Amino acid sequence: METILEMRDIRKTFPGVVALNKVNLRVRAGEIHAIVGENGAGKSTLMKVLSGVYPHGSYTGEIVYEGQERRFVGIHDSERVGVIIIHQELALVPLLSIAENIFLGNETARRGVIDWMAAHTKTQALLKKVGLKESPATLITDIGVGKQQLVEIAKALSKEVKLLILDEPTASLNENDSQALLDLLLELKGQGITCILISHKLNEISRVADSITVLRDGSTVETLDCRAETISEDRVIRGMVGREMADRYPPRQPDIGETVFEVRDWNVYHPLHTDRKFIKDVNLQVRRGEIVGIAGLMGAGRTELAMSIFGRSWGRRISGQVLLGGKPVDVGTVEKAVRHGLAYVTEDRKGNGLVLNEDIQFNVSLANLKGVSRAAVVDSGREYQVAQRYREKLRIRCSSVAQKVVNLSGGNQQKVVLGKWLFTDPEVLILDEPTRGIDVGAKYEIYTLMAQLAAEGKCIIVISSEMPELLGMTDRIYVMNEGRFVAEMPTAQASQEKIMRAIMKAS
Amino acid sequence: MNNETSNTTVSTAKAAAASDKSTLDYLKHNFREYGMLVTLVAIMVFFQYMTEGTLMQPLNLTNLVLQNSYIVIMALGMLLVIVAGHIDLSVGSVCGFIGALAAVLMVQYDWNFVPASLLCLACGALIGAVQGWFVAFFRIPSFIVTLAGMLVFKGLALALLQGQSVGPFPESFQKLSSGFMPDLLSSEGLRMTSLLLGVALAAVLAVAGLRARAGQLKHGVQVEPAAFFFAKTAVFAALLVYFSYLLASYRGLPNVLIVMAVLIFLFHFITGHTTIGRRVYALGGNEKAAKLSGIKTERLSFYTFVNMGVLAALAGLVFAARLNTATPKAGLGFELDVIAACFIGGASASGGVGKVMGAVIGAFVMGVMNNGMSILGIGIDYQQVIKGAVLLAAVFVDVYNKNKA
Repeated sequence: METILEMRDIRKTFPGVVALNKVNLRVRAGEIHAIVGENGAGKSTLMKVLSGVYPHGSYTGEIVYEGQERRFVGIHDSERVGVIIIHQELALVPLLSIAENIFLGNETARRGVIDWMAAHTKTQALLKKVGLKESPATLITDIGVGKQQLVEIAKALSKEVKLLILDEPTASLNENDSQALLDLLLELKGQGITCILISHKLNEISRVADSITVLRDGSTVETLDCRAETISEDRVIRGMVGREMADRYPPRQPDIGETVFEVRDWNVYHPLHTDRKFIKDVNLQVRRGEIVGIAGLMGAGRTELAMSIFGRSWGRRISGQVLLGGKPVDVGTVEKAVRHGLAYVTEDRKGNGLVLNEDIQFNVSLANLKGVSRAAVVDSGREYQVAQRYREKLRIRCSSVAQKVVNLSGGNQQKVVLGKWLFTDPEVLILDEPTRGIDVGAKYEIYTLMAQLAAEGKCIIVISSEMPELLGMTDRIYVMNEGRFVAEMPTAQASQEKIMRAIMKAS
Repeated sequence: MNNETSNTTVSTAKAAAASDKSTLDYLKHNFREYGMLVTLVAIMVFFQYMTEGTLMQPLNLTNLVLQNSYIVIMALGMLLVIVAGHIDLSVGSVCGFIGALAAVLMVQYDWNFVPASLLCLACGALIGAVQGWFVAFFRIPSFIVTLAGMLVFKGLALALLQGQSVGPFPESFQKLSSGFMPDLLSSEGLRMTSLLLGVALAAVLAVAGLRARAGQLKHGVQVEPAAFFFAKTAVFAALLVYFSYLLASYRGLPNVLIVMAVLIFLFHFITGHTTIGRRVYALGGNEKAAKLSGIKTERLSFYTFVNMGVLAALAGLVFAARLNTATPKAGLGFELDVIAACFIGGASASGGVGKVMGAVIGAFVMGVMNNGMSILGIGIDYQQVIKGAVLLAAVFVDVYNKNKA
């Protein structure tokens, strides 16, 4: 079988990070080729290189497609030769109809005047191909996510797709919709369309894939041929996580006491799709001086769980109990949660953590203004000293605490957010992806700080997508998948394979 | 030994260079803060020259203050609204409506001016509360809510007055705008009390500045360079004394100036030194982060509108007292001057940025230009063109500087 696409020695760097290093990918015409890897392994980056989102010149290496070297400088170039990518976040306009969306930017028009009759007829034919019975005039917002995914594929078909790339297409779909989508992929394969499928769900992959390429830390590990031999899920998982753990974590002697923080029967519904239960029957305990990890894939509901506990900042129809020291407490608003000693360090420091346009001092005192003011008047001297204290304690590298946080590096911004919450003197600290996007040195400092806080007897909950981090820093790990805790294990008995298996078995 | 000496020399030279550099750096980084003040002074000098001294004549200066008082008063509230990330288009109409209400109460129903004024202020608070309620708790864009308010209150003012002008007001009420500080020391010529008050204010501000600086130094906060600080304080005090001298040589400090000064000081303090002010900036800067830090963002937005309503009502009273009649057209287009004042003064349309002093200076930039161009006899047509150009230029320079930094 001939090769439709070959990517050779692809290397792509972002400031301070090597995202892809010597990645090789060979896709044969007419196959379904799965790409697997942990979060951050470089799957999406690779697909963006392929589709021209990252233009030629911003990476090194070469792309050979249909026997020719290609230099895509934009998504238009790749689409013209039939390479079409469907991103994880769907790119549909909610308040336009299916037909309008399918032909958006590619309208059936003569001199700028759209021929709606032709568009409708064509849309009907396309919808039939993907098995959708909706009218072309239906608005996108009125159909479910599963059908929206099919509309995306219909849109790809309208552009005469030869190589279809799907990034986590079933991540937000239910079982039936996922099955329908996979069936459609097999059908498209029968029509000679090649497909690259990025997915975390190994059961789906083993159902449809002809070959699997495993990425890890920005490099290709191996390509497995599913037709020559049966590939077990364990075999794939080993490829995904097989990495040595260096001495990247500070040593600590856990001194664990009684249970301090407890969440019972926590249920949360989605804020927009109010009939969709997002967090299901979660029970969680943290003991004094303990670091507890929550593992899971993106979209498992970890951030939503944390935010719903922290002052009901996410979700609707929240039910369940939060207990501190055995007594139920009301954490219904952020203010009350903070007063009871909860702190939540967000995963999205720029969006949810910092007032970027203000200085370090402003941000550090924000969650505890009472601590630097007398009778509602801010004592700027005291505030300055507080900021100085955290600057030294957390080693925030800056010209002064009057520096605007927008000008700090990611690691230092993260430390400012940490400083803000440490200043509220929390008993329970929830850290959501505390080391995302920051360099190794700063990571180590944050780990050290976590160890130190645990040694002071605080309860720490770490949400992380980096499994080595959880294995290196925590005492106990909950595994979360699709809104549920699917496993709980002492870290001493945990391994990446075990966690991955718990996730995969559950989905 | 020799070596050591030269080392010392070098380090002294370096220190001197560093301090020079820090003054320059300081000026560069704080250009935004002082740039507008310099612009205001430049505009004043320009018109002073062009009008051959008429601008700064005591009579004209007094008029300038009276003419702009209501814009300044509303700009204080508008600044908070804008910093919180909203806008209020209804203030002009509210201003006119409250003036009409005051006229109906005092002229047609013969109310005493004290309860009438209090009722008017309360009514302003209520108007602000209703609009704020829709904006803060129902998340309807403030542009739309207050656009609706603009139409509603313009109409209500017309209905209240039945299309007629109502006046004159009782004399005690007129004093709010046309009254001057009573002078105990001299009734003719230079009003000593007013002058002394100006001098005292300058002294108090200078001492307060010094104390704040000393406090900062004690805590080890980086402060503005000493030379700069003293120069700034001296110039500022001199200007204050000079202006109070000019006003004193006419009829003394206008009552409304005193009201205005108290409000400016109050809002300067609230925005810069209290937790409430801090929270408003956080709300406008990043609402999600503010919320996740335990700030009740909805309630805060709501209160900025209540505050705006009260100040718009006060401005309405001042304006009505100044004209001595309530007319259906009162307040027409004020909202644009008020909003322009805030933006000229460095507020950002996307929220989170802006200073009270900036808005006040912005209001006076507009005011001085209005006044100066009128004296020069420039028609209302070109006045608007020039004012529009100045607004755009001020914001352009601001954005340009920000992008460069």
